[in-house]
Amino acid sequence: MEKIIVENLNLYYDGAQALKSVNLRIEANRVTALIGPSGCGKSTLLKTLNRMNDLVPGCRMTGRVLLDGQNILEANTDVNQLRKRVGMVFQKPNPFPMSVYDNVAYGPRTHGVRGRARLDDLVERSLRSAAIWDELKDRLHKSAMALSGGQQQRLCMARALAVEPEVLLMDEPTSALDPISTGKIEDLVAQLKQRYTIVMVTHNMQQALRVSDFTSFFLLGEQVETGETERLFSSPQDKRTEDYITGRFG
Amino acid sequence: MRVQWKEKAMRCVFGAAACACILAVLLICFFLFANGLPFFEQVPVLDFLSGEVWRPSSGQFGILPMILGSVYVTAGALILGAPLGILTAVYLARFCSKRMYAVLKPAISLLAGIPSVVYGFFGLTVIVPAVRETLGGFGSSMLAASLLLALMILPTVVLQAEAALRAVPENYYEGSLALGATREASVFRTVVPAAKSGLLAAVILALGRAVGETMAVMMVAGNQARMPSGLLSGIRTLTVNIVMEMGYATDLHRQALMATGVALFVFILLINLLFSALKQKGVKP
Repeated sequence: MEKIIVENLNLYYDGAQALKSVNLRIEANRVTALIGPSGCGKSTLLKTLNRMNDLVPGCRMTGRVLLDGQNILEANTDVNQLRKRVGMVFQKPNPFPMSVYDNVAYGPRTHGVRGRARLDDLVERSLRSAAIWDELKDRLHKSAMALSGGQQQRLCMARALAVEPEVLLMDEPTSALDPISTGKIEDLVAQLKQRYTIVMVTHNMQQALRVSDFTSFFLLGEQVETGETERLFSSPQDKRTEDYITGRFG
Repeated sequence: MRVQWKEKAMRCVFGAAACACILAVLLICFFLFANGLPFFEQVPVLDFLSGEVWRPSSGQFGILPMILGSVYVTAGALILGAPLGILTAVYLARFCSKRMYAVLKPAISLLAGIPSVVYGFFGLTVIVPAVRETLGGFGSSMLAASLLLALMILPTVVLQAEAALRAVPENYYEGSLALGATREASVFRTVVPAAKSGLLAAVILALGRAVGETMAVMMVAGNQARMPSGLLSGIRTLTVNIVMEMGYATDLHRQALMATGVALFVFILLINLLFSALKQKGVKP
């Protein structure tokens, strides 16, 4: 079952083409990794999936991106509703300068969830889902800025999960973290895919191999090759993919 | 050898320039206190600060009406000007198009450069008659002074608040949008709270401006030295009190005005200390 289908997507920043007729199918309840050298368009594609590219002045798109069959690039799309369904975790942990509890409750409150008991419950469930409840349950009302980088990133994941999304986009979520925190996030991703569709941009090919079910390789704005991760890494069909994963460039 | 000598000489020049500033502050302090403090040998400080009657001809020197006048006018200016200024700053920093910004920003900066006597003239010809016709009374009043001061502090509030809002990391805003929050919610629930110490500093800087403003206030406030009795009553501020009577005051009266200056100076000093304390706090991430 495909959750997201990208059809013939072209994207331009002030006339410079960043994505060239990209086609991609993203399976539900699977982890799809987007790999490729810097500037290849993988982060750009990721940000198209929840329309965060709208913030970039001069960004223009053609083609279709279907989420459950609905084209999200249409002008009348409710982007706030879209971003509620398609959550995002950023490269650099970006907790808000408020308490742990308020960080997690931020999304639900924005979407109209009221009542202490409901919020308490939601906060606890989200923190448990992000495997950080035990570490943080005694400091829910302390500032999130005092947490370590790895904890902040898992808090950001909890915050994204609190609005009950269907898809989770992750933009190099471990590139700013130490190996132990990275391991925790990867374990978490493996658990979360049972409930969410996950798309992850990564620079780290070992990581793609460890956590993803499907991998898509990008080069210069083009989608070069997509397939099951093990197959793609063991027997790439495109010469460029082979060169990249064997470390000949990038 | 020669270069070293030159460097030393230049260092002295820069040092002297810096010292001149400090010296100016110290001299002002010294003369103000030297001229103002002897007054308190004749009139106790408490009587001076809490006295409700200012009648120099009969030796009554109470500046409470003027203290209250300054406080009320300033408070009124902040109540009107601070929200307006902060909302303007939010618009400039977050919502307005580049083209609009190119018009608005210079216009607001220009507002800061208008001489205060011109503001006073505007107040006298526009605000005072407007107050008189819509609300009654003489027009020259606490309300007119507050309205005018609110206008005058706007550029201070807007420019400082905009800088504070722009200093907030972009990723708070993006993080909020990515959770499905609207632009307005993202700005008012993440960016504005993150900038709050900077916004408070902007308001306090404006407060200092409002307390110190003299000329424009004098032209619209009525300037009666009596206890303020309402929005439409005329009032006199500390600064106006000094300016109006300094020309002809002698002896104890003159010293009383100096002492008014001391009170004003201490007031401003406290506000500035508060400002730098908040600014320091705002630097922290």
